Amino acid sequence: MRHRSWHNPSRAFLIALVLFFTAVSGARAELLIRITEGAGSAIPVAVVPFAESGQMPAGEKVSSIVQSNLTMTGEFRTLAPDKMLSLPSKREEVYFRDWRLLGQRYVLVGALTRSGDRVQARYELFDVNREERILGETAAAPASNMRSLAHHISDKVYEAITGVPGAFSTKLAYVTLDTANGKPRYRLQVSDVDGKRARIRLESQEPILSPAWSPDGKKLAYVSFETGKPVIFVHELSSGERTKVADFPGLNSAPAWSDDGRSLLMTLSKDGNAEIYRMNLASRELTKLTNHWAIDTEPTWDASGRGIFFTSDRSGGPQIYHMETPGAEPRRITFGSRYNARPRPDNDGKFVYYVHQRDRAFHIARTELKTGEETILTRTESDESPSVAPNGRMLIYATRQEGTNVLTVISADGGAAYSLPASEGDVREPAWGPLVR
Amino acid sequence: MNFSAQSKAFALLLSVGLVAGCSSTGGTSEEGEYGSDVSAVDQDGGSTVYGGDDQDGVSSSAMTEEERMEAREQAEQQALREITVFYFDFDTAEIKQEARDVLVAHARFLANNPGQNVRIEGHADERGTKEYNLALGERRANAVQRFLIVNGASRGQLETVSYGEEKPAVMGSSESAWAQNRRVELVFE
Repeated sequence: MRHRSWHNPSRAFLIALVLFFTAVSGARAELLIRITEGAGSAIPVAVVPFAESGQMPAGEKVSSIVQSNLTMTGEFRTLAPDKMLSLPSKREEVYFRDWRLLGQRYVLVGALTRSGDRVQARYELFDVNREERILGETAAAPASNMRSLAHHISDKVYEAITGVPGAFSTKLAYVTLDTANGKPRYRLQVSDVDGKRARIRLESQEPILSPAWSPDGKKLAYVSFETGKPVIFVHELSSGERTKVADFPGLNSAPAWSDDGRSLLMTLSKDGNAEIYRMNLASRELTKLTNHWAIDTEPTWDASGRGIFFTSDRSGGPQIYHMETPGAEPRRITFGSRYNARPRPDNDGKFVYYVHQRDRAFHIARTELKTGEETILTRTESDESPSVAPNGRMLIYATRQEGTNVLTVISADGGAAYSLPASEGDVREPAWGPLVR
Repeated sequence: MNFSAQSKAFALLLSVGLVAGCSSTGGTSEEGEYGSDVSAVDQDGGSTVYGGDDQDGVSSSAMTEEERMEAREQAEQQALREITVFYFDFDTAEIKQEARDVLVAHARFLANNPGQNVRIEGHADERGTKEYNLALGERRANAVQRFLIVNGASRGQLETVSYGEEKPAVMGSSESAWAQNRRVELVFE
């Protein structure tokens, strides 16, 4: 847990990257990154442009993708290449004194070699103070897939410096709403975490809600109103095959996968009131886990995979509850205000994140489970749908900015990072995909 | 006891009146057998016998007043039924006082028109979380459904659906937009 001082927004001057959707060839939309704030106490890293031999594919350079990935987290400050005194590509060319003079803590160098339709990257990361190589690897990818190669290198560099796996190779799922032609168009999309390579997976005139990633990253469960009411579908991304898994009278909503991918938690109101169930996906067998006149919804497994967080208004307003085991007597977690909902666990069992009302505003907050201490993490005021990155370091949520819905990424303890507004409509319902090895 | 005796006497008077009324009708129809003209006269006479000239006037105007009241009531009910959207306070599903008469009118209409179905759509404003709002919209729709059933509609006529915060009536993030979006809509099919 090094290098945390930047997280304090009052002291740090923060980095925020703003990503905009731009319409690309009709229905496709991508994100652009714009840095709006900088981080004073972030770790200085120099990402030296990689040497190249052979024909390289057109498009963004691998090293510049790595650089923007690292900057995006808010944990790093990168050095512009034109400020560098030399452009080394291997160890023998690295003069540590030069990089020390430039105030750099780490230097990443590398070279790309084209062979056939693949590109190989050889890269090394150096600790400037200790004058040591802390990472050295070669990796290859199809020439058409330089972005994945860059995300892989970013993951390795992030892990070498912080000790935590990077999440740059993970995916985001989200829903956009385009009302430009009078008719609403809801689009379920999947993109890289930097918003690039967005692909539409489902388009509907009716609302799409609550996308949830299967643990292997191959499927999404979600709620679609395409039949006129909320119904849960499971959608296999590679084939596009969709299965209606819950279409009972009343609500079919808030799907959440178990760690083994074999069951879904969900909210059903088939017996007249919103209750939480677990569905075995193979047999479709249901187990009822709550039984209360109140609204019980928004279930999610906790970090251990044994207990369940959920929202219930059994105390009069929505609050977060935890069941040690499915069906056990729930324990109330949140007390700080009259509206706390939509829990999401971190990945090591320390915190639960949720939507928290304070005065008239809705923020993202977290409670430390051991102490019950609550911290409000956001300064934005219409916040919804928190989703924690699989490495636990960042969190994405939906909020409003100048009248439209945008996605914003913050560090898990509250530093601002970047936001993803959509130029041709709203973005909502972000779900951060799993780490897939 | 006194009261009971009085009310018995009143009931007796009423029943006498009713009997008298019946016999008058009976008489009229008997006399009616002589011919339509005579019948008309006799009807008048009949009225005179049981009501008197003055009362004849009162009686006939009482009839139209009744009709007028019925018509007025019908118009009122119809006007009430033109209201099909009902509003709620934040995070509640409590039917407001001003909605009750309107919902009673809808319930009566449904009771009188068993072939008529209605979809009850529950909505929430954009504040708070989407899934909780989905459940809140359902709770609002269910509250209206129960109210309609209690007041005469039958369950088979009613279908509920919640859209949560997904289908706002008014765009925007103001108190007034929120107030208009926390609603239940009746859609007659």
